[in-house]
Amino acid sequence: MDFKALRKTFLNGIFNENPTFRLVLGMCPTLAITYQASNGIGMGLATTFVLVFSNLVISLLRNLIPEKIRIPAFIVIIATFVTVVEMVMHAFLPALYDTLGVFISLIVVNCIIFARAEAFAFKNPPLLSAADGLGMGLGFTLAITLLSCIRELLGSGTIFGTRFMPEWFEPMAIAVQPAGGFILLGLTLAAVTGIAARSQKRKEAAK
Amino acid sequence: MNLILIFVGAVLVNNFVMNKFMGCCPFLGVSKKTETAFGMGMAVTFVITVASLATYFVRQLLVALELEYLQTIAFILVIAVLVQVVELVLRKLSYALYQALGVYLPLITTNCAVLGATILNVDSGYNLIESVVNGFGAAIGFTLAIVLFSGIREKMEMSDLPAWMQGFPGALIAAGLMAVAFSGFAGLI
Repeated sequence: MDFKALRKTFLNGIFNENPTFRLVLGMCPTLAITYQASNGIGMGLATTFVLVFSNLVISLLRNLIPEKIRIPAFIVIIATFVTVVEMVMHAFLPALYDTLGVFISLIVVNCIIFARAEAFAFKNPPLLSAADGLGMGLGFTLAITLLSCIRELLGSGTIFGTRFMPEWFEPMAIAVQPAGGFILLGLTLAAVTGIAARSQKRKEAAK
Repeated sequence: MNLILIFVGAVLVNNFVMNKFMGCCPFLGVSKKTETAFGMGMAVTFVITVASLATYFVRQLLVALELEYLQTIAFILVIAVLVQVVELVLRKLSYALYQALGVYLPLITTNCAVLGATILNVDSGYNLIESVVNGFGAAIGFTLAIVLFSGIREKMEMSDLPAWMQGFPGALIAAGLMAVAFSGFAGLI
């Protein structure tokens, strides 16, 4: 296993196949908890942890799990790591545990984790799968932290609780409400699609 | 009376998709056609209602054995089994619907509305009947949202959107406007 392939797999999750912006997976946590920047980063890192270890374990067991019952097997492995995250967060980060609430348990059904188990970890060696999990997880973390910063800035005028907007700025309550989540994610997605299409064009023009 | 309040609350006021953001993946993924959206809604309704019933007993068992920390694993396994049963039954009873739902059937397992509803039942301390009513209401709310949204998306297909707005960005903004409408129910209860 050479280092180059690992790096390529890792970066693939952050840029080319960013789970949120390019694959549009894992929308539930992306929309639900992003009204605060600290939620975004907490959720992102919790998901990354689960993703790395579930990818690693599934890849180690990929020759032992029969094809037919792979889905229940994936679920049990993923749910185990989610339970670990749940307990650790409850013990050491009770405030974050309370704000994220039911969405910590719901990491089990985050489609990013499932999609990577099925599409990558079940077919690739352990180290490469862990790199894929780390890349995808950090790509997800980056995306939801970005979105939660935008929402917190517009909705409360702060980022990570520090005020960034001038005095006269009237916070837009809709940005932290559900409707604002949909709309701002739509706009962010449109911007990313636009930028990607533009750089694609530039690349082709350069050729 | 309490049961009616729980039901209306779950369908309109705390609509799972529009207010709690649960079940967003199928909401965005399976909403291109009204027909499949409706089929998905019906399948999800069945699974959530039965799952609410089943997980109530599983929860009692876990509490009796003092194994509450296994809740997440136990619930998701129950749901996975239920989905498998639904798949088998549909295949025998209505092959046409089975084929129409196709890949979406196994995906109900990873629909966070199902697991979310069962966990919220536990968190809210609902009894057996309240759990089932809440689960059923949540599922009807999901069906309502996805069917309405698929109608909007069918119209959007024909409209002339700029390239960077086509697909998901446009759909998300439409969903946002729908959520604004749903937030109008906020004072109902």
